[in-house]
Amino acid sequence: MIAIVDYGVGNLFSLASSFSAIGADAVATSDPDIIRAAERIILPGVGAFGDAAQKLRDTGLDRVVIEEADRGKPLMGICLGMQLLLEKSYEYGEHEGLGLIKGAVRPIADVIPKGLKIPHIGWNALHVTRQTPLFKYLKEGDCVYFVHSFYGADCDESVIATAEYGVHLTAAVANKNVYGCQFHPEKSGEVGLNILRAFCELEAQA
Amino acid sequence: MITKRIIPCLDVRDGRVVKGINFEGLQDVSSPVELAKYYSANGADELVFYDITASAEGRKLFTEILTETAKSVFIPLTVGGGINTVDDFDRVLKCGADKVSVNSGAIRNPNLIYEAAKRYGDQCVVLSADVKRVDGVFRVFAKGGRENTGMEAIEWIRRCADMGAGEIVVNSIDTDGVKRGFDLEMLDAVCNTVSVPVIASGGAGCIEDFITLFHNLPKVDAGLAASIFHFGEVRICDLKEKMAQSGIPARR
Repeated sequence: MIAIVDYGVGNLFSLASSFSAIGADAVATSDPDIIRAAERIILPGVGAFGDAAQKLRDTGLDRVVIEEADRGKPLMGICLGMQLLLEKSYEYGEHEGLGLIKGAVRPIADVIPKGLKIPHIGWNALHVTRQTPLFKYLKEGDCVYFVHSFYGADCDESVIATAEYGVHLTAAVANKNVYGCQFHPEKSGEVGLNILRAFCELEAQA
Repeated sequence: MITKRIIPCLDVRDGRVVKGINFEGLQDVSSPVELAKYYSANGADELVFYDITASAEGRKLFTEILTETAKSVFIPLTVGGGINTVDDFDRVLKCGADKVSVNSGAIRNPNLIYEAAKRYGDQCVVLSADVKRVDGVFRVFAKGGRENTGMEAIEWIRRCADMGAGEIVVNSIDTDGVKRGFDLEMLDAVCNTVSVPVIASGGAGCIEDFITLFHNLPKVDAGLAASIFHFGEVRICDLKEKMAQSGIPARR
């Protein structure tokens, strides 16, 4: 079973539907026991980092997610959920993240050339920089759907894919059993569903 | 590189797609769910569902259809039509919409854009503007293009973007239905005014019209059309192939 962590941020309808479409058993939950019992965890999120991080802490689910990740359970953050995995964010102030992946969240305005629109919205090709089991069904040139104004900076060797938007922006990260996608696999058609499929097939790491 | 988006628009009334549709291999050609699946499988980058229902039952049916679609179509869904309050945003977002398009509702109450953007984020709020030239000036029209609001369109669009509209759909009433190409002059004026994504609507008659649009106005992010896709006059896969051949980034 896959636990989609429901900490009161955003709409989990599409994520739950996309797992259902690939025949995976997923449940949106805020129950720590269900999250602990799950084989895999999805950390979703939309909106502002500070607000989401606070809600995650207020519900105590931040500890649950960190503990389960430390036990080797496959965990994937999506969009803001990916950003929450990093150490900190500079979105409207300075906020602590979960620190499961090295790096900080910064505005894309700092790095992209002038004239490009913000947010980075639409379909963009994934450039795989490090092959991981998450991308086992991915083909060169496959596009996924992005909507974001902030990005994962200084993720260094945790970066597994980038997307070109004037510069190479972090599109996906991984550190052992912990994964993060800046894009929305649940909105990226068959390519996205295949990434979710691959996530469902990941083995737990000791 | 970010690709240029191709967006079919489905008008839905009482749970059925309006306008005759002619597709081989589609059992139920006026089922919004079936048509959405078809487009999704054939290269559409995004879908717009436009609710043109007047009755409360029709609205309920639309919401059910939207839920059904969002369960089986995994590309971004924008919903428009009858969006007048933040509660209307809530209603369609809960059914799986990703973005909500406002038109007359924002003209009646411009604060709607600000309120919705504050609650759901700019990326969620799409301004759809019906624009027509009146004595050489671009004017905003309301009520499906029937009523001249007297507002100057470029200023209105700028104001909406400032209030939090994250995307602008520019529908030229002058070129709509004429099928001789998008309204490049109007779109250029909008692109030079706002920095948010601009979606061109109204006037596409053939593949070449999209190529001309993206070549002449590199700032336009997407092209939207309805009947030419529904009637099979333009197949999205052919359009994408032609875009790629012409050096326009396209998702295939």
